[in-house]
Amino acid sequence: MEYVARFLIGGFIVSAFALLGDLLRPKSFAGLFGAAPSVALATLGITVITHDAPYAAQESRAMVLGAIALVVYSIVVCQLLMRTGIGALQATALALVVWLLVAFGLQMLAGAV
Amino acid sequence: MLVRASPSALKQGRWYEYLIRFALGGAATVFAGWVASRFGPWVGGVFLAMPAIFCASATLIETHEARRKREAGKPGERRGQQAAALDAAGAALGGVGLVVFAIVFAASVERSPVAALAYASAAWLLASIAAWWLRQKLRRPRNLAANSRTAG
Repeated sequence: MEYVARFLIGGFIVSAFALLGDLLRPKSFAGLFGAAPSVALATLGITVITHDAPYAAQESRAMVLGAIALVVYSIVVCQLLMRTGIGALQATALALVVWLLVAFGLQMLAGAV
Repeated sequence: MLVRASPSALKQGRWYEYLIRFALGGAATVFAGWVASRFGPWVGGVFLAMPAIFCASATLIETHEARRKREAGKPGERRGQQAAALDAAGAALGGVGLVVFAIVFAASVERSPVAALAYASAAWLLASIAAWWLRQKLRRPRNLAANSRTAG
């Protein structure tokens, strides 16, 4: 039941931010909504109900690393599209490797400190 | 550059594209929750900033822009890629806002979880808009210089 609620709430929030992104111009501004905290709002909202606040705080501290990786990911996607001529699907899928490497590389570094 | 709403852009979308984004968003949220329950919040938290629906969004933007150009009788492939690249540049700035969101939420959740969600969302919006505005300001002198060189 909890996963059904996650699916519906997550789907709704992601769609709402995506719709805002479609609606707004210029495109560089609309792009801000591509990094909206949609999954985070749904997940953290449920987490504070099902777990306690320190658990949610630890999740969001780890999220900082994922968000830094998202900045790098978006820059890589932008450069791949502008410089290599490959399509959006290939560029975004290829750059996922970069997101994983940066996110978990930073996590290893943070864990080592 | 003025920010404006363009309702006509919504007409370019097909119903199944919205359905795909809903399903991907839902699946990403379920996946993030599953990872946290299986591996703990330190691993699961990373996936709260996963670019889960970015692949679909960028592909849709590319497709819409290319279709629009083709309908106007022009080659649309390159223009589609450029539109998706612009969206990615915006997402990088939104990512800066997402870092701020996570920091504000972590700092305030133990006092009031509901207020923390509101503060963090407001912080995301402000930081993202500030980053976008700053980029516009920094780019403008460079564009003006390039234009004056071309004119000269």
